[in-house]
Amino acid sequence: MNKQGNTYTFIYSIVLVVVVAALLAVVSLSLKPLQDENIENEKRQNILSSVNISSTPETSAELFKKIIKKQFILNYKGEAIEGDAFNVDIPTEGKKLQKAIKNSPELQKALKDGRMISESIKDAKALAEIKFPVFVADVDGAVKYILPVYGVGLWGPIWGYLSLNEDKNTVYGVLFDHKGETPGLGAEITTPKFQKPFSGKTIFDNSTLKSITVKKGGNATGAHEVDAISGGTITSKGVETMIADYLKCYEQFLKQIQ
Amino acid sequence: MSDKETLFSAKNRGLLLGPLSKDNPVLVQILGICSALAVTAKLEPAIVMALSVTAVTAFSNVILSLLRNTIPTRIRIIVQLVVVAALVIIVDQVLKAYAYEVSKQLSVFVGLIITNCIIMGRIEAFALANKPWPSLLDGIGNGLGYGLVLVIVAFFRELLGSGTLFGFKVIPQIFYDWGYQNNGLMILPPMALMLVGLIIWVHRAKNKDLIEQK
Repeated sequence: MNKQGNTYTFIYSIVLVVVVAALLAVVSLSLKPLQDENIENEKRQNILSSVNISSTPETSAELFKKIIKKQFILNYKGEAIEGDAFNVDIPTEGKKLQKAIKNSPELQKALKDGRMISESIKDAKALAEIKFPVFVADVDGAVKYILPVYGVGLWGPIWGYLSLNEDKNTVYGVLFDHKGETPGLGAEITTPKFQKPFSGKTIFDNSTLKSITVKKGGNATGAHEVDAISGGTITSKGVETMIADYLKCYEQFLKQIQ
Repeated sequence: MSDKETLFSAKNRGLLLGPLSKDNPVLVQILGICSALAVTAKLEPAIVMALSVTAVTAFSNVILSLLRNTIPTRIRIIVQLVVVAALVIIVDQVLKAYAYEVSKQLSVFVGLIITNCIIMGRIEAFALANKPWPSLLDGIGNGLGYGLVLVIVAFFRELLGSGTLFGFKVIPQIFYDWGYQNNGLMILPPMALMLVGLIIWVHRAKNKDLIEQK
């Protein structure tokens, strides 16, 4: 057969592509369970890390089971939604929230003015279906509430977990991670130096939700302030906005016992 | 090449060891620089990257050398790309399954192995004209040659930039107490470029025959 002819070339490319596709499908399918486990372990480690418990991929499943006593999903009105909180895909829900905020001037205004969105937003179909998971942890006998957060940094998404004491006011611990913030600047949000000061800050001032703000200049002394990262202002502000938006959506839940 | 030639004849040994020094793909041919800048802030990802690239060059060289007499010339490059891309995806999937932490650090750079000029370069220049065994040696040699530079760069960047090696602190605390500071510039990519430049300088000074005539 003529190796330079059209027929040969076509058959050759078809066979090659089919063989390669089949091979890749087999590899992908056989490695999928292991990869999923890795991703789940990482999520468990992150959640545990927000209540200041360090774990390895191997120990995370066991520790998670021991520490996390309860988990449930809420909507922005604080009503329970059916489903498994651990399996809620935070990035998907986070993007839905960003979109809902972007498309609704009413919501933007409510967030800006600090009004309670579950009362001030009438028509919030896009918002109503967003799932907000809550994990309840038991750390040495004390109840901690862990809330996931998701937002935008300078170059891409940032996310994390925020844990609150039983009073739903004092921050117990935080964990932040990012996709691609600048190393040495914005990426510093993952370091203890940035995260440690969050512990002990409060999010309520009397019964007004204040959230936590980042402050430039290294003199953050207020009960709701932490130091921003020098050179990482946009990322720091991103963290601030992310926490504020999410706490607003959890507000109903946070006020339930208070 | 005669059939009697032994597996590790002088010529074959040259294929394997040459790229480590005089034919080094990074230092002499200045290929694969981009990933050398990106993944060398720490030793561990650098080593994983080196092994990944070595695996891809070795296997792609062997596979294409086996196929070399069947490939229609007109779709030669496409066939090479399909084979390399498939291998890169396999490497990426394996890393995600067995070395998740490192695969997160390497992020997109595993996928970008496909654009590493060393791989396509070795296939075009060597595998398509040689038998599988020499092609395998050539692939491993070039992968290791690339990896060697990565490891050297990563060693200095991690040591001077973070004060650690493989994540373990090696610079004693007392140095910091005396005022020593980690060099933050080392973490950033430009410093990798300078280090590669310095290595090339040293390398040429030792191998005078590599210096171009004016």
